[in-house]
Amino acid sequence: MRYAVGGRAIFDGLNVTARKGRITAFMGPSGTGKTTLLRLITGQSVAERGSVKVWGREVSTMSTRELFALRQRMGMLFQNGALLTDEDVYENVAFPVRAHTKLPESLIRQLVLTKLHAVGLRGAARMTPAELSGGMQRRVALARAIVMDPDILIYDEPFVGLDPISMGVICRLIKQMNEALGITSIVVSHDVQELSTIAHDSFLLSGGKVVASGTPQELHGSDLAEVKQFMGGLADGPVPFHYPAPDYYSQLLETAS
Amino acid sequence: MPVAWLRRLGAMTLFFGQVCARIVPSLGKPGLIVKQIYNAGARSLVIVMLSGLFVGMVLGLLGFDTLQRFGSEDSLGVLAALGMLKVLGPVLTALLFAGRAGTSLTSEIGLMKSTDQLTAMQMMAVDPLRYVVAPRFLGGIIAMPLLAATFSVIGLYGAQLIGVQQMGVDVGAFWSQTQNAVDLHDVNEGIVKSLVFGVACSLIAVYEGYQCEPTPEGVGLATTRTVVTSSVMVLLLNYLLTAAFLTKS
Repeated sequence: MRYAVGGRAIFDGLNVTARKGRITAFMGPSGTGKTTLLRLITGQSVAERGSVKVWGREVSTMSTRELFALRQRMGMLFQNGALLTDEDVYENVAFPVRAHTKLPESLIRQLVLTKLHAVGLRGAARMTPAELSGGMQRRVALARAIVMDPDILIYDEPFVGLDPISMGVICRLIKQMNEALGITSIVVSHDVQELSTIAHDSFLLSGGKVVASGTPQELHGSDLAEVKQFMGGLADGPVPFHYPAPDYYSQLLETAS
Repeated sequence: MPVAWLRRLGAMTLFFGQVCARIVPSLGKPGLIVKQIYNAGARSLVIVMLSGLFVGMVLGLLGFDTLQRFGSEDSLGVLAALGMLKVLGPVLTALLFAGRAGTSLTSEIGLMKSTDQLTAMQMMAVDPLRYVVAPRFLGGIIAMPLLAATFSVIGLYGAQLIGVQQMGVDVGAFWSQTQNAVDLHDVNEGIVKSLVFGVACSLIAVYEGYQCEPTPEGVGLATTRTVVTSSVMVLLLNYLLTAAFLTKS
């Protein structure tokens, strides 16, 4: 698959598969297009060449109605939670249920409280998103993402900005969703350690391609320089730390003069 | 520049069509519309009433000063009523609406966009045009004539306050001349104008919010554009509608 923005290729020759019932991790340095990949999977962006298929169906050729039907079977956890700021926690979780079903209020209440209990925030049901910490917002967003019992759960950088406790909780929840409900999970992140504990399959993206794939353990044992640099968090390697720039000293002198 | 304006006008027309197509489905959630009528209407009530009172009082002062030169100060009620109903009520309410409710609509939708709330809705298979834009658009259209009517009534009271209480115009003459001179055609003109201004201001506000750059700067610029475009559009439409009503009568 190829995808470009303004002539600059984000992906060129990318070929990946996320298998049913498994947790698939897409890792890579910032700016490698991990979130863009999620946008392609969910039909928010369309590939320039090649295809993106979900359950064997081409996403780019779907009508809006078909795309919405597909998305009803998907849940997505956004990097910033993306909670509706003018609604409280309860209404945020109830939002997709109210939009897509005509369930009685008593049943909606049970559904919402069950999901909030699963993420440990039943007691925060009447709080507004502004009153929650970043980690709590992420957990509410997770409850909202699973309230319609999706077949696929997509996580966009679920660990960013979380303290170790919240990170552990989110990690455990992702694993539990997969094991208990058999949900296919796609996780995009650059937190190698956390992903290593939960992912079944991993893909390391760099330069618009997959540079390595396999289980997290296989990636850790890889001899490839790009994999070593990323997994080891090294500044020097095939992925340059510095954005292309003129000579450092001559530029400093030029500024001074 | 004209090409950019033309492109923007075309985009806004297409957007208007998309929103109109979602008005009927959005009626299925009346609670959302009522909430927006409250936001755009009830929350603008104090500023509209205060402005109406002061404009009416100024109209009373200036009207009395002018009319007494011709010995016809008893017609102050007619001047105030027609001025309020046909021009000042709809136009000034629309300008106040653009500044208070319009900017609020634009920044609210713009912030929802910049914090991924609209994308999250799309990912939940919920159409933001139906759930966010259409109720706000409808709320604005319903609120505007109600606000304009309130403005006109309070304004007329302000003019009466100055003319009768302060300047000594006969209260009977004030109201009886008003009753004789103002007919349904004048009231209709005010209603039509405020409805048209309501559509224009609400459309501009929701369009700017929905199409803005999802950055703090983008939301700020969109909010400014809402006030500028709405104000110019209201004054332009006011001229066109006034000319149309004069030709008709």
